[in-house]
Amino acid sequence: MKPVPKPTPETQPFWDGAAEGELRIQRCKTCERHYFYPRPSCPRCGGDRVEWVRASGRATLYSYVINHRPAPGFEADAPYAIAVVELEEGVRMMTNIVGVPNTPENLPLDMELRVVFERRGDVSVPLFEPAGGGAR
Amino acid sequence: MTVVIAGAAETDEVGRLPGHSTMQLHLEAARNALADAGMTVHDIDGVATVGTPGPIQIAHALGITPAWLDGTGVGGSSFLFHVRHAAAAIRAGLCRTVLITHGESGRSRVGAGRFGLGADSLLGQFELPYGVVGPPTSFTITALRYMKETGLTHEQLAEVAVAQRRWAHLNPRAMYRDLITVEDVLASRMVAYPFHLLECCLVTDGGGALVVTSEERARRSPVYLLGSGESAESPIISQMEDFTTSKGFRLSGEAAFAEAKITHEDVDHLMVYDAFAHVPLYGLEDLGFVGRGEAGAFVAEGHTSPGGRLPLNTNGGGLSYTHTGMYGMFAIQESVRQLRGEAAAQVPDVEVSVVLGNGGMFASAATLVLANRLP
Repeated sequence: MKPVPKPTPETQPFWDGAAEGELRIQRCKTCERHYFYPRPSCPRCGGDRVEWVRASGRATLYSYVINHRPAPGFEADAPYAIAVVELEEGVRMMTNIVGVPNTPENLPLDMELRVVFERRGDVSVPLFEPAGGGAR
Repeated sequence: MTVVIAGAAETDEVGRLPGHSTMQLHLEAARNALADAGMTVHDIDGVATVGTPGPIQIAHALGITPAWLDGTGVGGSSFLFHVRHAAAAIRAGLCRTVLITHGESGRSRVGAGRFGLGADSLLGQFELPYGVVGPPTSFTITALRYMKETGLTHEQLAEVAVAQRRWAHLNPRAMYRDLITVEDVLASRMVAYPFHLLECCLVTDGGGALVVTSEERARRSPVYLLGSGESAESPIISQMEDFTTSKGFRLSGEAAFAEAKITHEDVDHLMVYDAFAHVPLYGLEDLGFVGRGEAGAFVAEGHTSPGGRLPLNTNGGGLSYTHTGMYGMFAIQESVRQLRGEAAAQVPDVEVSVVLGNGGMFASAATLVLANRLP
């Protein structure tokens, strides 16, 4: 079984969104910029006038490694990419890339991606696939 | 007030020490450092350490009643923070002489602390679900972006391991001493692309300790703390601002160089925490020794190798010498040895040495400027 994240009060809206197939991030109403990971105030201006918004789900591949020593639950996937993607809204998050073989040739940096969700226990985890659609 | 390192030593051995508990490693290093300083526990009124078992137990085990404690635990850089904090405390009159200890049964895990954060931690929610298996699969994640932005090649990344093995070859205490080539590195097992086994640090057992005090209390030729700096960035690597440069490296370096009133030309010797082969490249650039994107070629051209103009990680580093988990103590120890002229791979005429420590995965950073003379 792959690790299942356990929401906390400040992250609950993110995980609620994921369960509904929405990628939700926070936005500061004062400096009008998005931020991630979930926090009660804006890391840029310190303001607490913040709101949850639905991200477009479009992203680009910022960086990654291809792990050859799988974590528990990932044995069937190895070697698999552990990636950081940059959302269209400017924030980044760690994820896995699905729908394409995880090789350097298939994963050029800055390739366009879109979010998909994988159910794990009571939680859905955001993953990303090539924007043109997965090849699975 | 001039603050100095008045005693420094490692455990009798480093490497595979299944007969030593974590506690024993701390205490053996402490006794060795006190002996090196010509002092006893009765001279110590401040204690600093990180991890298991913590400063209370270290002080109690040694029979020290501390007037000052520091348990700053920000990863492998913590010992550089301890030196900086001890200097401030000594100058403020909070204590006179501080013992800083490190012991870690990183390989044998005897009496060691437990790893692991809950599924509700920041890491547990936003990184562990993606199959992260410790630093080899996450500290390394910045490298491909750095390679794309700067043009660093796989061969140049491998050269970091090759250069450091040249130093380890000269150091009888190093775990791996056989000279290696770029081809050897690239042929070693892939751990997490683009990192091969020989581009990843060792996992060992060992310890080290320092005695920090004012110049007048030192009983042997001291190593002067000319300047220091500290900072931190993101607790999880995915939120590092720019994957091609470490803010903590830059800010702690700038602060340390400014306080020491030195320029890069003054630096004879450099230690940069090297958990993985890319980290010294970031260190060289973020401390300003080379320009952006130039570090790979600088190392490949031999400038950091024996005989080069900027000797770097001269004990062999975490890649070849030893890496208990929190390596920073060993980086400081090698700087002290070089400044005393006692290193296994001694560089001629070292007067100023810089140590850059990393904590977590580019999470915390501290820089020390050390010298064997006052400017």
